[in-house]
Amino acid sequence: MKRQIPLIITAIVGAVLIVSVFIPHDPFGRLGENFSVYFDIIAVFAFILGGGNLIRVHGNRIYKRAQDWPFSIVTVAGFLVTLVAGAFKIGNPNGIKGDVAAPGSLFTMIYDNIFTPLQATMFSILAFFVASAAYRAFRAKNREATILLVTAFIILLGRTPVGHYVTFWLPPALEFFHVPVLANWIMSIPNLAGQRAIMIGISLGVISMSLRMILGIERGYMGEGSK
Amino acid sequence: MAMFDRVKNIDRRIIFLCIVLSVIVPLLLDITFTEKASPIVKNIFDKIESLPSGSRVLLSLDYGPSTVPEIQPMVNALVRHLNEKNHKVYFMCLWATGQNLTTITVDSVQAREFPEKVYGVDYVNLGYKAGNEGLINVLLTDMKKMYTTDVHGTYIDDLEIMRPVRNLTGFDLIVGLGGGTPGIKEWILFAGDPGRIPVAGGSTAVQAPLLYPYWPNQLLGLMGGIKGAAEYESELITYYPKYKLKSKPGIKMMGPQAVAHIVIMLFIIIGNITFFAQRAREGKAKGK
Amino acid sequence: MQELWVWVGALLTLSILSFLYKDNVFYKFAEHLFVGVSAAYWMVIGIWGTLFPNLIAKIYPEAVRFVLPSLADREADLTFIFPALMGLLLLLRLSSRVGWISRWPLAFIVGTTAGLNLVRYLRSDFIGQVQNTMIPLLVFDGGRLDLLHTMSSIVLFGGVFTGLIYFFFSKEHRGVFGAASKVGIWVLMITFGAGFGYTVMARISLLVGRMQFLLGDWLGLINR
Repeated sequence: MKRQIPLIITAIVGAVLIVSVFIPHDPFGRLGENFSVYFDIIAVFAFILGGGNLIRVHGNRIYKRAQDWPFSIVTVAGFLVTLVAGAFKIGNPNGIKGDVAAPGSLFTMIYDNIFTPLQATMFSILAFFVASAAYRAFRAKNREATILLVTAFIILLGRTPVGHYVTFWLPPALEFFHVPVLANWIMSIPNLAGQRAIMIGISLGVISMSLRMILGIERGYMGEGSK
Repeated sequence: MAMFDRVKNIDRRIIFLCIVLSVIVPLLLDITFTEKASPIVKNIFDKIESLPSGSRVLLSLDYGPSTVPEIQPMVNALVRHLNEKNHKVYFMCLWATGQNLTTITVDSVQAREFPEKVYGVDYVNLGYKAGNEGLINVLLTDMKKMYTTDVHGTYIDDLEIMRPVRNLTGFDLIVGLGGGTPGIKEWILFAGDPGRIPVAGGSTAVQAPLLYPYWPNQLLGLMGGIKGAAEYESELITYYPKYKLKSKPGIKMMGPQAVAHIVIMLFIIIGNITFFAQRAREGKAKGK
Repeated sequence: MQELWVWVGALLTLSILSFLYKDNVFYKFAEHLFVGVSAAYWMVIGIWGTLFPNLIAKIYPEAVRFVLPSLADREADLTFIFPALMGLLLLLRLSSRVGWISRWPLAFIVGTTAGLNLVRYLRSDFIGQVQNTMIPLLVFDGGRLDLLHTMSSIVLFGGVFTGLIYFFFSKEHRGVFGAASKVGIWVLMITFGAGFGYTVMARISLLVGRMQFLLGDWLGLINR
């Protein structure tokens, strides 16, 4: 029962959704729509599960005085303050009835002044690592690497105003070699071709994996004891 | 050769310092350039220009604070353009982090710059619903199954702007703005293609190359990264010169962008020079 | 008050940036704070955005009268007990004893995703892309051969074809097949080079955004 019922659920739900595309009438159309709605609702419980798991993991660390346990207090405190601020819509102009993200609310203040700077900065430091990695590892060791390097340079120049100043002097007959024009052409033609080949390959993988899951051949999502 | 070894093994913090200076100095000097829209960006502009007044356009703000510098300039320019053409603007988001950003956009651009537009008649903020592509799948057949209220809790059919809309096919254009999953790809796969609805996009520069295969048949246009945003802003200024004096965040960012690109290219060139010099040195040593 | 919040944002920004020098207690503090706030944020938006209007209001509308009065007088739809039950079973994953039962809602999620993706990817990412590649290779403009567009069409078609050949590993890459595969690699290298260029652009944009906040909103040295 632990293994069979999930496989049956996956098979039925997957089959109904596929059939509903070809037979959009009752009952398949309605079932397909309802399954999508239920999926959307269950997704929210996944967020709640994430929050619960966070409390469990960090609560354990605090209880067992594990390494860096004082920082776990910071995590739990941040979680609880944000949760309470949002759940009770503290400071919302329209009270409990209004938009949870209304300007002036404590939840929005936390979003604007804590969440936003933290997330934005975490992603912005990638710029430094890209530069450092490019300096250390980006080498024109062979023909393929050279093609990659030259293309990257054309794009880096062409997607900024500097590219225009490098080749603006070219006569109209050679306009194709004007860096911004060349950069646009590279994106629209060879890049498109390569990305399309990759996309077709990935789509075949997704299709076969989806089919394997619906047919019960692929069971990794069930975790331990799925075999 | 001590100098050579020092360059080859340069402390990465010096690289970091060069990068931060390449961004800070142009910002302080306020270096800006003019931009010209490429065909893939111009397609979006021309589409919005050509739609009859009062057309229904869905803006899906599927991004978070981490990509605001790239996406927000596009969003602002689009909202201004849509309002200039008197189109009906429907705001929603597939990302939870988009909800606050949608509210900020509605308050700081839509409501503030176009006070004559009426909420619930000319524009509406539907907010976030969970479900990713599952949500789009539901919206394609019946929007009101998921969107029972707007963000303020107003019943959906009490909003005049929502009454003629039953599902996504009721929109004349869908513009997905974001850089991850779910995003523009999901709008194409789950709405544009099955519903034959025109879809345009504004994505982060990381995702933009991945979306080119959909252009132009499945994706009518794409603003890729801050360059795409700057191009759209410049097109908006060309057609509506009143925006010349307004804040142009996309165009302003191209100055530091250009300088930083050159610095990174120089680092790559220096790295390759040291690599080839070392290879030549090792070759000579082997020859001896 | 607003200025105080700007200082909070600026100090948190600098805490994260301090990692570039070396790992330190300020970075760890900011990192852990981010994890906690982020998890709660998603929960709150999910609960208010979806759980209340789309589940609780459906099963028992009267329960939402104090938060969503516009939905309190609607008719109940008890079929929504099913997703409510599935959601609660999902939460049992937190228990090691009865956590196995969370496989049922997980199976529902997997089945939905697989069912939706199979058709959509087949239509848009496979058939759609093959269809988009079938373009005229010779392009004429006013009766004359348009060299640039012809070359572009040939490169596009050839690039997709040779790229797919490269990914076909069931046949040894030798002879004509091997040569085509080699061309495919070159096309893919151009693709990756373009991707790298755009990735650099993206990362620098994010850094510019942060610097604009520090120099503009915090220090007031520039106009935004």
